Amino acid sequence: MTDTSAKQNIHEYLAEFDDIPGTRVYTAARARKGYWINQFAMSLMKGDNREKFKADERAYLDQWKLSDDAKEALLARDYNRLLDLGGNVYFLAKLFSTDGLSFAEAVSTMTDMTFPEYRDMMNNGGRSPQGNRSIKGGY
Amino acid sequence: MARITAGVASSHVPLLGVAVDQGKTRDDYFGPIFAGYDWTKKWEEEQKPDVVILVYNDHASAFDANIIPTFAIGCGESYKSADEGWGPRPVPDVEGHADLAWHIAQSLILDDFDMTIINEMDVDHGLTVPLSMMFGQPEKWPCKVVPLAVNVVTYPVPSGNRCWALGEAIKRAVESFPEDLNVQIWGTGGMSHQLQGPRAGLLNREWDNKFLDLLEQDNDDARHIQHIEYLRETGSEGIEMVMWLVMRGALGQKVKRLHRHYHIPCSNTAIGHIVLEPAE
Repeated sequence: MTDTSAKQNIHEYLAEFDDIPGTRVYTAARARKGYWINQFAMSLMKGDNREKFKADERAYLDQWKLSDDAKEALLARDYNRLLDLGGNVYFLAKLFSTDGLSFAEAVSTMTDMTFPEYRDMMNNGGRSPQGNRSIKGGY
Repeated sequence: MARITAGVASSHVPLLGVAVDQGKTRDDYFGPIFAGYDWTKKWEEEQKPDVVILVYNDHASAFDANIIPTFAIGCGESYKSADEGWGPRPVPDVEGHADLAWHIAQSLILDDFDMTIINEMDVDHGLTVPLSMMFGQPEKWPCKVVPLAVNVVTYPVPSGNRCWALGEAIKRAVESFPEDLNVQIWGTGGMSHQLQGPRAGLLNREWDNKFLDLLEQDNDDARHIQHIEYLRETGSEGIEMVMWLVMRGALGQKVKRLHRHYHIPCSNTAIGHIVLEPAE
């Protein structure tokens, strides 16, 4: 039986996450960096706020403690950039909904495929894990 | 005495809720997914659980980026469906079981699980989609629910080992509740899926089915799967499967599998569903 008393070292635990291709694991460091991006997105759970945001996106964003980078990425709906800036997909999903995009369509914009191509890939069994598990290991 | 009579696991993809709410459950796309739940719907009608302990994760609905509880238990009287950006799902309010929930919360804390107590919150698709999958569209949900929210979003999330141990402690807590209650425990989320970044869309049929196989066995090997394995093999959101381990841990060593279903895809996600009962 595995020895479950052996606790993982936090540095080693976190370092492994950087070895996964095309993935930004939502670590505490990202959560700290993206705090206001995520809190802004959270505000879109209220219908009134969605209307205000849609009426003037930049003015709405100016009310939040967001960097210029974050505001530009939000206005451009550049979701990979937003992940780099500490956005989390479950928070950003409030923006998908505000835009009337399905989860799958919004997610497809983070890949190198068009939405129809992405949808076809999913209907054909999804993206294979083969070659997508480890950058260093290449497996 | 209250007892845990069965464990159910299921994906909780929001699109399944949309399919139910818009009457699309038998179309070409959703038909094969929902067909795998027909057995369970009928079985639940016969089982008539009094309470479901529903292990799920909040998707930035009740909890924002401010407060991140690792394990939180709903001890309130009732919960409304959350507005996740589309308006709330048109489902009945979820009735809590405050007496049992507070009993479990207190027991778990004495058992070294430092639970967060929630009195008021809205519940999102993580909790309402499994109810729709198992019960359809009733006027009122046929049982009370004790919501148990697990952080599977901000890392580190709890280990599989800790989730399993929490399940074991929940079993002890339920069995020390004096009222005669038929209690089920449900683990939700999963299976393989990744909703972010260039690797989005990853699915892993082989790994998912090995995980389902493990849950049916008379050992606890599944509790030792490390986070990095879920991340590499099942996508960044596949980590939700640790919540299935809370359910499995609450069933004891031996289980009997009553039903199992697997389907690819639903939106970005592999659908998995299993029904287990304690075998001793």
